[in-house]
Amino acid sequence: MNSKILKQELLAPGHMGCPGCGASLVMRYVLEVLGPKTMVVMPAGCWPTFVGLYPSTCLRVPVMSVPFATTAMAAAGVRASLNRQGKGDTNVLAWAGDGGTFDIGLQALSGAAEKNTDLIYVCYDNEAYMNTGIQRSSATPPGCWTTTTPASAPKVEPKKNIVEIMAAHRIPYAATASVGYPRDLMEKVEKAKGLKGTRFLHILASCPTGWRHETELTMEVARKAVECRAFPLYEVWDGVRWSLTPMVAKTPVADYLNMQGRFKGMTAPQREVFQTWVNEDWERLREKCGDNQAA
Amino acid sequence: MKKVIMGTETAALAAVLARVQVVAAYPITPQTVTVEELSDYIGKGELDAEYITVESEHSAMAACVGASATGSRAFTATSSQGLALMHEMLHHAAGGRLPIVMLNANRALSPPWNLYCDHTDSLSQRDTGWVQYYCCDVQDVMDSTFIAYRVAEKVMLPVMINLDGFYLTHTSEVIDVPDQEEVDRYLPPYDPVDKVDVDNPSTYGCVCGADLFSSLKYRRQMDTLAVEQAWQEASDEFAARFGRSHAPVQGHNLDDAEVVIVTIGTAGGAAQLAADALRKEGVVAGSLNLAMVRPFPHQSFRQAVSGAKHLVVLDRDVSYGGEGIVAQEIKSCLYGKSSAQVHGFIAGAGGMDITEELLADMTREALGGQKQGLELGDSIWIKVLP
Ligand SMILES: Cc1ncc(C[n+]2csc(CCOP(=O)(O)OP(=O)(O)O)c2C)c(N)n1
Ligand code: SF4
Ligand SMILES: [Mg+2]
Repeated sequence: MNSKILKQELLAPGHMGCPGCGASLVMRYVLEVLGPKTMVVMPAGCWPTFVGLYPSTCLRVPVMSVPFATTAMAAAGVRASLNRQGKGDTNVLAWAGDGGTFDIGLQALSGAAEKNTDLIYVCYDNEAYMNTGIQRSSATPPGCWTTTTPASAPKVEPKKNIVEIMAAHRIPYAATASVGYPRDLMEKVEKAKGLKGTRFLHILASCPTGWRHETELTMEVARKAVECRAFPLYEVWDGVRWSLTPMVAKTPVADYLNMQGRFKGMTAPQREVFQTWVNEDWERLREKCGDNQAA
Repeated sequence: MKKVIMGTETAALAAVLARVQVVAAYPITPQTVTVEELSDYIGKGELDAEYITVESEHSAMAACVGASATGSRAFTATSSQGLALMHEMLHHAAGGRLPIVMLNANRALSPPWNLYCDHTDSLSQRDTGWVQYYCCDVQDVMDSTFIAYRVAEKVMLPVMINLDGFYLTHTSEVIDVPDQEEVDRYLPPYDPVDKVDVDNPSTYGCVCGADLFSSLKYRRQMDTLAVEQAWQEASDEFAARFGRSHAPVQGHNLDDAEVVIVTIGTAGGAAQLAADALRKEGVVAGSLNLAMVRPFPHQSFRQAVSGAKHLVVLDRDVSYGGEGIVAQEIKSCLYGKSSAQVHGFIAGAGGMDITEELLADMTREALGGQKQGLELGDSIWIKVLP
């Protein structure tokens, strides 16, 4: 990976995240494309706690950490300020977890997207509030164990579809990607970089600590999620033109679920619910995409 | 140039003359005119700034934080519910040492809904680390905005300029509007030593250890306490250039005063009249307009009331379970340093006017005269239903 794809390496060795952290790799790939002229704005979550104990930092770009609900709007302030200073060519990277995006930060994100604020927003999705110890978010899949959805009180709701919400803002570009497919991820960042306005990337970031899988399986789990269509890859242009990313043939969700401790306690009916959610979302997506498939 | 202008319009014009670079704000009565005027100034090109029409006050302050941390002069305006919604961000802006200036129109907090003046909104934010200044008239709104940026950018702390809802926000007065060149000479462009910058990558606000954390708090307290002096100096220089002073403590006939009526905001005018009337009755009275509440101007306040035996303190606010917040602050300032008696009165909230007569009657009661209100805890409540 190092020698073949990464040239700039803006993530220095020695971050304080868990071994095998998918979210740290997502940053590595995203910054590889965006380059050193990038300002990162991130809220509470795993990232600002593992970026380094001040004054140490594992990133070779500036990082502003802001309150949990504010990522997109704090980034909008940075954008306005840089524009006013004639620095329109500096990338503003708003960077938040699923909690900071799907839940508490959604209002600010909508506010920024509605004005098509010129920034790249990356949601690294590990499907729970990991930093506070694995609690459910609205990105948590149904039947998945978290500390607030224990076996005694399981989550029944499907995962919220954040890309549909962002597409409804008619932003120029929204896409999903998985840390398991770095090349595709980076190509999508490249496309986002070439556009102006609000660009939204929803990136699956496997998390050995919260998902209860072996640290060496980070990439594989993230690929399996795509293969079984629990996390399909696609792009949306201007909120209306949907296009599927070519993916390998569909595999059973069981292959994905069985790799992770967080799904271990699922009952047969819960597995049914999970499969139904995956199938229905996949059908809806196929309908929206029609014959469109990215080359 | 002389101009007849309203408080909220003045705040917008002052922001224009201060050449703010990023404005992020959300409308709320009675501040709204300020954000409307600023959109128009920027729209017409009379102010070269970026305007972010945010979706909430929490976001307004978030955007100001982003702008200020990257080296732009940021401005916002709010009131009551909006200020309360911003609470988390107020701590963040002050902790981040960002010299943002914000207008707050003092208004009651719900429930029940009431749009009129009440100081509980801003006073209940006094521990967030913002400098708090309370304007007494429209000229004060204009001038204190320039002083605020001067002080904020020197000590690297945010400043909240407070205007009594309606009494000041919606009152028009004849004021002196300084020329742009004069303001530019007083207020140079914002050029911070430190900012978030791609040429010098570092982290802002991530995690730090206990020693550094405590040291940062200590430094912040040190710098906040220094604001009393910094503001006084900035006000003195302003007075030298423009002939008007806006000190943290503004006294009226205090030299020999045995009784001092203390107010914040617009009630200062009525307090002066009340003190003058009481003098005619033989009461050696003066009045004190406490313009700065945070940092509490300990030195100037103690000095100003050093000869007083009675302080009659008006609170348009209350700290439930405690007493009036201004009275509390004054007691804390004078504890062990003065034997003056502090008489706390709670009045003037939700649209109740504070008149010269009301303040004179309160003073008479403090000196043993007829009861005016209901005693409760350490305060006397005026015009309340028993
Ligand atoms: C206003 C506020 N509420 C709650 C918290 C506590 N908190 C910090 S991080 C976090 C969860 C973050 O989850 P997510 O955004 O998914 O990021 P992750 O930890 O998974 O990286 C919570 C609840 C906070 N910092 N601020
Ligand atoms: S809990 Fe998960 S997301 Fe957080 S640092 Fe560990 S592996 Fe990464
Ligand atoms: Mg998460």
